[in-house]
Amino acid sequence: MSNDLTRLTAAELAGLVSKGEASAVEVTQAHLDRITAVDDRVHAFLHVDTAGALAAARAVDERRAAGEKLGPLAGVPVAVKDVLTTKGVPTTVGSKILEGWRPPYDSTIVQRLRDAGTVMLGKTNMDEFAMGSSTEYSAYGTTHNPWDLSRIPGGSGGGSAAALAAYEAPLAIGSDTGGSIRQPGAVTGTVGAKPTYGGTSRYGLVAFSSSLDTPGPCARTVLDAALLHEAIGGHDPRDSTSIPAPVPDVVAAAKLGATGDLTGVKLGVVREFAGEGAEPGVTAAFRDAVDTLTKLGAEIVEVSCPHFKYALPAYYLIAPSECSSNLARFDGVRFGLRVGDDGNRSLEEVMSLTREAGFGPEVKRRIMIGTYALSSGYYDAYYGQAQKVRTLITRDFTAAFEQVDALISPTTPFVAFPIGARTSDPYQMYLADLFTIPTNLYGGPGISVPCGLSEGLPVGLQIMAPTMADDRMYRVAAALESAVGTFTPPAL
Amino acid sequence: MAAISREEVAHLARLSRLAVTEEELDTFAGQLDVILQAVAQVGEVAAADIPPTSHSVPLTNVLREDVVTPCLTPEEALSGAPDAEEQRFRVPRILDEDVAS
Repeated sequence: MSNDLTRLTAAELAGLVSKGEASAVEVTQAHLDRITAVDDRVHAFLHVDTAGALAAARAVDERRAAGEKLGPLAGVPVAVKDVLTTKGVPTTVGSKILEGWRPPYDSTIVQRLRDAGTVMLGKTNMDEFAMGSSTEYSAYGTTHNPWDLSRIPGGSGGGSAAALAAYEAPLAIGSDTGGSIRQPGAVTGTVGAKPTYGGTSRYGLVAFSSSLDTPGPCARTVLDAALLHEAIGGHDPRDSTSIPAPVPDVVAAAKLGATGDLTGVKLGVVREFAGEGAEPGVTAAFRDAVDTLTKLGAEIVEVSCPHFKYALPAYYLIAPSECSSNLARFDGVRFGLRVGDDGNRSLEEVMSLTREAGFGPEVKRRIMIGTYALSSGYYDAYYGQAQKVRTLITRDFTAAFEQVDALISPTTPFVAFPIGARTSDPYQMYLADLFTIPTNLYGGPGISVPCGLSEGLPVGLQIMAPTMADDRMYRVAAALESAVGTFTPPAL
Repeated sequence: MAAISREEVAHLARLSRLAVTEEELDTFAGQLDVILQAVAQVGEVAAADIPPTSHSVPLTNVLREDVVTPCLTPEEALSGAPDAEEQRFRVPRILDEDVAS
């Protein structure tokens, strides 16, 4: 075990704290010091809550001193994507329209993190309103990939993924609407899991696309992700789309997978993804991962999902449509920015000036695309048709899972690209989510686990499982991790 | 042929309550055209008899017990408002003057 507390896994840190070999304050201070040392270059955090973190850590140490039994993540620091409300702690969603807002309540995920005794370090950077694949659409500047600071860390949850890869935090929370947990995980060499839709609560998650948004765990190891998943998951009466069922036993599955035995597990490679423009280095790393999984005992077959090629266009109608409706709440009345209220202008004029000043270009594009797709005359051809395609994609998944236990693919078609390479053509940015989007439309779980390097940059393997079978993907991911190990970026 | 004109983008911006600039209209018209042409691919799928999916979780009529639970105080609820008065959100003028008089 390393002497540097920031290099340890969450499971190791929790073990040290529970045995009294390190205090939660020491663990927290080590990560705060690391943030001070590197975050001016990485820019993973939008807000660091030093006082709140140290107070939470002291509370854990006091509970231990009083003889209380601590939970499996007590005293472990966690970084939270700025899409989740934190009582009294700034929550911007990467947008100027919420600059300075301090929510009056905690999201359910954050409340559960507190209940588990984790220590929230602060809020991480993201594309504005979680719309993007690089953090370049954040209103507060781009996060840099710790593997190569001139490259993007993925998005929208690039801040959470970069914080892990830069050893600023051992655990982080993300949210995944079209790949915003998995794609940043892939390009930073970390683990990111999108739970089954409804398996984690959306209460206090600033809404982008309500039928797709799914908060979930990010970590450097599969076991750590599973421990975090278990801590935050499960039914929440405050979210009417929350599934009233127990969290699948993801921790046991990760431990089972870590034995490296996949005998009896049948995995499907999606035929339609083969010709879908993945970079040669990504394809090569994926083929190596398939070979590794075979050696571990898995049976690999090819399956056909003929409608997956329509997932990207369907998603870029459904998500903007829901966003155009959800973001109507930013009207300059109840919270956030208000611009141009000179006593003469009407509510509508003030609203339009406020939204113009507060939203960035990508958010405006999506609101207008959604408004277009929902307008009379276009509804049937665009939004209505996209919803039918969603049905067909769901049927593709259902048919595939009659043949195999889980599906595998590269997580993203390309490794971390240089900052600025895809911002001039918004559709080129959308292609980053080509392989992750089908899972969101279906509602099932997906995980990205590092599987290799291409020209020195990380490549992720995606594992997709049936709804409420999140444990299956953890087993496969942990088995792969046991064979290929974890990946460490060059020293910052 | 373009899927969307500059005038249509201006109309969408008005519907969306976005006071976009002339320069933005030029940029957005081209970008929205590329995006709309790409997403129009969904029209290639023969789906006339396919039911739509709005949501992946088949839950309907989720109800809760009608019990009083703690909630935000008026001060907390108004804490993020740009303007408030007498425990209410204060809004800019809603009615036109000729209508109001």
